[in-house]
Amino acid sequence: MLEKLLQILGLSGFSLKGFGPLLLQGSWMTIKLSFLCLLVSVVLGLIGASAKLSKLALLRIPAQAYTTLIRGVPDLVLMLLIYYSLQTWLTSLTEALGWEYIEINPFGAGVITLGFIYGAYFTETFRGAILAVPRGQMEAATAYGLSRAQRFRFVVFPQMMRFALPGIGNNWMVILKATALVSIIGLADLVKVAQDAGKSSYQLFFFLVLAALIYLLITTVSNYVLHRLQILYAAGTREAVR
Amino acid sequence: MIELLQQYWQPFLFRDGNHITGLAMTLWLLSASLFFGFMMSIPLSIARVSTNALVRWPVQFYTYLFRGTPLYIQLLICYTGIYSIAAVRAQPMLDAFFRDALNCTILAFTLSTCAYTTEIFAGAIRSMNHGEVEAAKAYGLRGWKLYAYIIMPSALRRSLPNYSNEVILMLHATTVAFTATVPDILKVARDANSATFMTFQSFGVAAVIYLAVTFSLVGLFRLAERRWLSFLGPAH
Repeated sequence: MLEKLLQILGLSGFSLKGFGPLLLQGSWMTIKLSFLCLLVSVVLGLIGASAKLSKLALLRIPAQAYTTLIRGVPDLVLMLLIYYSLQTWLTSLTEALGWEYIEINPFGAGVITLGFIYGAYFTETFRGAILAVPRGQMEAATAYGLSRAQRFRFVVFPQMMRFALPGIGNNWMVILKATALVSIIGLADLVKVAQDAGKSSYQLFFFLVLAALIYLLITTVSNYVLHRLQILYAAGTREAVR
Repeated sequence: MIELLQQYWQPFLFRDGNHITGLAMTLWLLSASLFFGFMMSIPLSIARVSTNALVRWPVQFYTYLFRGTPLYIQLLICYTGIYSIAAVRAQPMLDAFFRDALNCTILAFTLSTCAYTTEIFAGAIRSMNHGEVEAAKAYGLRGWKLYAYIIMPSALRRSLPNYSNEVILMLHATTVAFTATVPDILKVARDANSATFMTFQSFGVAAVIYLAVTFSLVGLFRLAERRWLSFLGPAH
């Protein structure tokens, strides 16, 4: 299809040269990685936010350190630090225990590293959102005899989501764009595939622009979905301004 | 660890032989791209909120393009992509510009930060108080004077918190520069890592330097906010 489109546009000089399936695989890798990373970071974010809002200093202080340190250091530095150190530590561990060499799977390491980094950003998003839910809601839920888990699931969570959604949307976009960096640690994502295809076909510019356009497509679709979600979670509220 | 620091403190901070490296390079990348980005984003943000669609749409399209794609790809396009086109290499001036990694990096960073900054400033202009503009008009201010004396001073002040976020994000984004062979902090850390195999220590030192720069920037912006945003504090 793309070949035909290029012909119609008079760009038949540029062609995918059979790299189409590879590009699709790369895009799928990028999407898969982003989603798994989102999952890990949302879970970490919810845990972090509850730790940060906890009365116990033992939970609050590590959570504070986590968000401050991780958000203060560039994601790429952390990625290289964690990714390479994990391997070194694991190797020295297996050596000390006399086991055979275990190589960390780059995909798993990428998901865990990115998830760990963006968990810190989600912690802040969720903390702000939980604080934005009116106190009376919690008190009313307690008065109705709901348990802790029920209070969170039926009362706090649905209302928190409305305040958290803009932040979640921003973080999702940042994660999506940060996955472009995993090609540096050797994952065959969209960027790596585009680079390889471009180098071997001498059309680097074309393939890189194509990769950029695929990213643009993904971000545009996500924007639309986030907009719909925003409407869904805003049910029953009226905005004073707008 | 001590050996690593003894051997690499100079490249990490400012120079390696006769090249500027490390922290100095990172700060140079950051300030150059922020400066050019800021200069370009002021006219662009005014165009972004224009009532004329022909003026507004191109700017909107530009910010959409650059905010919707990863900076790493933008850098790759600027550094390797454009130079792979024969027509660019044939032009002596373009050839000289795009052959230099630092030029390409600063160009990519400038275009990227300018897109985000334009949206920040445009948002601030849009949220301008009606009365303020009406009062200025009543005093006879029109056209560029209205912007220069009333709208921009107020909009730039109010976008300070968002702009400080953008500066921090830009600092973190400068780390991709090492992929274009620019010797920033991360490049030195990678070199130190491959020379000494002290992975955690090498990248750890880089992380600590970045952390220190982040905290100083946050502190500076807090001072700036106290200076220029004190009028927005809670009413007494």
